[in-house]
Amino acid sequence: MSDAAAHAMEHHTSTGIDSRKVAIWTLIGSECLFFASLISTYLVYKGKSLVGPLPHAESQCMLHGAMQKCEGVFEIKLVTTGTAILLFSSFFVVMALYGAQKGNRKMLVGWLAATVLCGLFFVSMQVYEFNHFYHKGMGYGTNLFSSTFYTLTGFHGSHVSVGVIWLSTLLVLAIRGKLPPEKSLNLEIAALYWHFVDVVWIVIFPVVYLMR
Amino acid sequence: MDAHAHAPAGEHSHPTPALYFKVALVLFVLTALEVMAFEAGHGGMGAGIRPVIEPIVVELLLVLSAAKFALVAMFYMHLKQDSRLLTNLFVFPILLAAGVIMGLIVLLQYWRTVGAH
Amino acid sequence: MATSVIDRSPATHAPENTGIWSWITTVDHKRIGILYGATAFLFFLIGGLEALFMRIQLMKPDNTFVSAATFNSLFTMHGTTMIFLGVMPLSAMFFNYFIPLQIGARDVAFPRLNAFSYWVFLLGGLFINFSWLINAAPNAGWFGYANLTERTYSPGLNTDFWVLGLQILGIASMAAAINFFVTIVNLRAPGMKMLRMPMFVWMSFITQILLLLAFPVITIALVFLMMDRHFGTHFFIPEGGGDPILWQHLFWIFGHPEVYILILPAFGIVSEVLPVFSRKPLFGYTAMVFSGAFIAFLGFGVWSHHMFATGMGPFADSFFALSTMLIAVPTGVKIFNWIGTLWGGSLQMKTPLYFALGMIAMFIIGGLSGVMHSSPPADLQQTDTYFVVAHFHYVLFGGSIFGLTAGAYYWFPKMFGRMLSEKIGKLHFWLMFIGFNVTFFPMHFLGLNGMPRRVYTYPAGLNFEFWNRIQTYGSLLLGVSFLVFIYNLWQASRKPADAPADPWKGATLEWLIPSPPQEFNFADVPPVNSSMPAWDLRRAGGGQLPEPPRVSGAGIHMPRPSYWPVVAAFGVLGVIGSVLFTEAFPHWYFITLGGAAVLFYGVYRWAFEPAF
Repeated sequence: MSDAAAHAMEHHTSTGIDSRKVAIWTLIGSECLFFASLISTYLVYKGKSLVGPLPHAESQCMLHGAMQKCEGVFEIKLVTTGTAILLFSSFFVVMALYGAQKGNRKMLVGWLAATVLCGLFFVSMQVYEFNHFYHKGMGYGTNLFSSTFYTLTGFHGSHVSVGVIWLSTLLVLAIRGKLPPEKSLNLEIAALYWHFVDVVWIVIFPVVYLMR
Repeated sequence: MDAHAHAPAGEHSHPTPALYFKVALVLFVLTALEVMAFEAGHGGMGAGIRPVIEPIVVELLLVLSAAKFALVAMFYMHLKQDSRLLTNLFVFPILLAAGVIMGLIVLLQYWRTVGAH
Repeated sequence: MATSVIDRSPATHAPENTGIWSWITTVDHKRIGILYGATAFLFFLIGGLEALFMRIQLMKPDNTFVSAATFNSLFTMHGTTMIFLGVMPLSAMFFNYFIPLQIGARDVAFPRLNAFSYWVFLLGGLFINFSWLINAAPNAGWFGYANLTERTYSPGLNTDFWVLGLQILGIASMAAAINFFVTIVNLRAPGMKMLRMPMFVWMSFITQILLLLAFPVITIALVFLMMDRHFGTHFFIPEGGGDPILWQHLFWIFGHPEVYILILPAFGIVSEVLPVFSRKPLFGYTAMVFSGAFIAFLGFGVWSHHMFATGMGPFADSFFALSTMLIAVPTGVKIFNWIGTLWGGSLQMKTPLYFALGMIAMFIIGGLSGVMHSSPPADLQQTDTYFVVAHFHYVLFGGSIFGLTAGAYYWFPKMFGRMLSEKIGKLHFWLMFIGFNVTFFPMHFLGLNGMPRRVYTYPAGLNFEFWNRIQTYGSLLLGVSFLVFIYNLWQASRKPADAPADPWKGATLEWLIPSPPQEFNFADVPPVNSSMPAWDLRRAGGGQLPEPPRVSGAGIHMPRPSYWPVVAAFGVLGVIGSVLFTEAFPHWYFITLGGAAVLFYGVYRWAFEPAF
């Protein structure tokens, strides 16, 4: 059988959609329940921490062995910047995909590089934030807030990191000219994952940072 | 769903970069509104409207967040023109996830009669 | 267009590669199915042995056959093994082997991912069972209730083996679920609409959806528990503000769909067997599909009926009692449809039908005692007694195992090209049926008389002696029935291949190709115009179907073997297993990093090697 025929069989599907695309959507659907479990735990334990530090300023909390007024640990400005960057990266990757599908390599490489940089910035923001909180006395097991917060955002951050590695791999392929339009699906799948990571943050940002 | 014959016609007619850019702008504005709602609701900037915002800040944030979520899913994830199958693969788990979150909050925060803290 | 270049001349007898390396690198769904089946059957026998040890211990009052500590490990490992290493992978054997055949596909959508699932499952199973060798078998129950499973009450590695082992097995299940889901959605033969799929494929499809939606929840719960045990958090520790009840909720949000994951494949098998041996189409096909889907959907809204005893309050109790009772409706629809299928059929009393009928009868008993539990006041009396043990063995053994055994007798000729002995098969059935009922029916009485579960012994004079002794005899009979089954398999393996392509006059596509099928399954996919394509062809042929020839098949592109899935599976083991060493080895995270590197390297080589 010729390669073209093999190719045709390989891509012939009942729905007309490539199996890899259905698979990534299936994975995304499944991941919704991962994040649902994490978010519900965060919310169920909201306000039940026995000691500080706490996310937002409180007039009374147990800190360093005494009831006192506490500062909130959240740095809304920093995390808003990170949020905006992640949102823009979704725009960037969709532009890269557009370039890939149109065979415009310059567009593909440029926007994809911008996406990867945004991803790296977001991860760095999170590393900085965790480090900052840690130095404010908020260890992983300090209280329910710290445990649920670090687990939820850390789980999301590890998804961002996987996305950065995935997109970087595709960036290298794109630079070497190995991501032609007929293979743009490879980028489309990675982009779907990336958008999913973004929409999860769209939920986490208000629910965790902005609701008191 | 069984349709090599009538595969989703518009699958490859993606929107234009101009539309993507508009969506990005709206997302940016909605995010700014979220932060403003937070600030206004908690006595930061715009403390004058605090009494108006404070009682509804959670609902406001949820609506804004849902709008952003929908925009990314519809336009960037192409659910608007892709097969309905893919939309179902996303929407059904989201509904279940929302049910789980609400169920657990109700069960553990409101309906606990024994052993609640 | 691709089919025009396939060589359909008779096959020359080039021997198939059967060396050990060919099994390690295989990506053929049929071989992976056999690997799943063989591995799961071994684990199943281990789980059965654990049960027999418990039965011997409970045979008489104040027995000292095993210690209390060993007994804890026995019931924990029995439950864990039977669910995660027995019934689930035995179902996976049939998913692997028969989903592609029944939908007319060459293989699953992602053959290497399929191999990865198997190897991760094997390593996870070995990981959990390795704990026996260092005398640290899990001992806190298959449900792992916090805070019993926290460090304070479960020091030692026992619970770590359980937590980490389940995490590894979860990865195998998730990968497999994505694979089968996509396979069913996307690789159906032309003409096979969703509502023409065989019922086994339908029930498998629903099972994959449940796996995809339920496993993430247990994964997160296990992460929390691992963090509590090793990294200083208090997710389920009241001293730090945590709530042990949250564990129960998360566990049962997974755990209740899990029981449908265990039973729906058996429902599917029985729905295949009944029409073929009644010579009648399945009664109420569409109702069967939708009742299955409805059961799965409701299955996510009933989890707290496992937790009535925790005191959830009247609102929660009422809600979960009602939703649980509601599930009896679609289940009843299924049972009536099965009876409707049998009604007026010309029954061919072959072994698969025996087991299918046994399944229906036993499942009805288990289903009825299940409805009894849905009432909170009744449940409070039954919780933690042998009544509950009776209930779930009637649904899981009487339901799942009888159904899977029906499948084994039904499909063995297709898988191995040999017929199992009918005579020995029927002996197997009667021994298993009698042994099963003698073992488990008296548990209803013991439970209602107040005998608690999970006790390693009981004093004399409580009226528990008689039934316990009878039950132990029954369990020994069950053990014998499986020896008979093994003998049946063994004697079949020794005789020359004798199975025709279609020994039962089956209705579905797998019966249209030689037994065992060739590597590429179908040289040409037959036309599908209904949910019974083989019967359509048989009718068109005047009741006869020609024996399909084995053809050369040269020119059919099959996926290439690969060992990268095995490498990646070892990476998974390294990453997750490393947490065992947090105490013993200060630089334990080097193992994590090493595992991650292996996983990363394996996935990259896998991604960049050509699939065909």
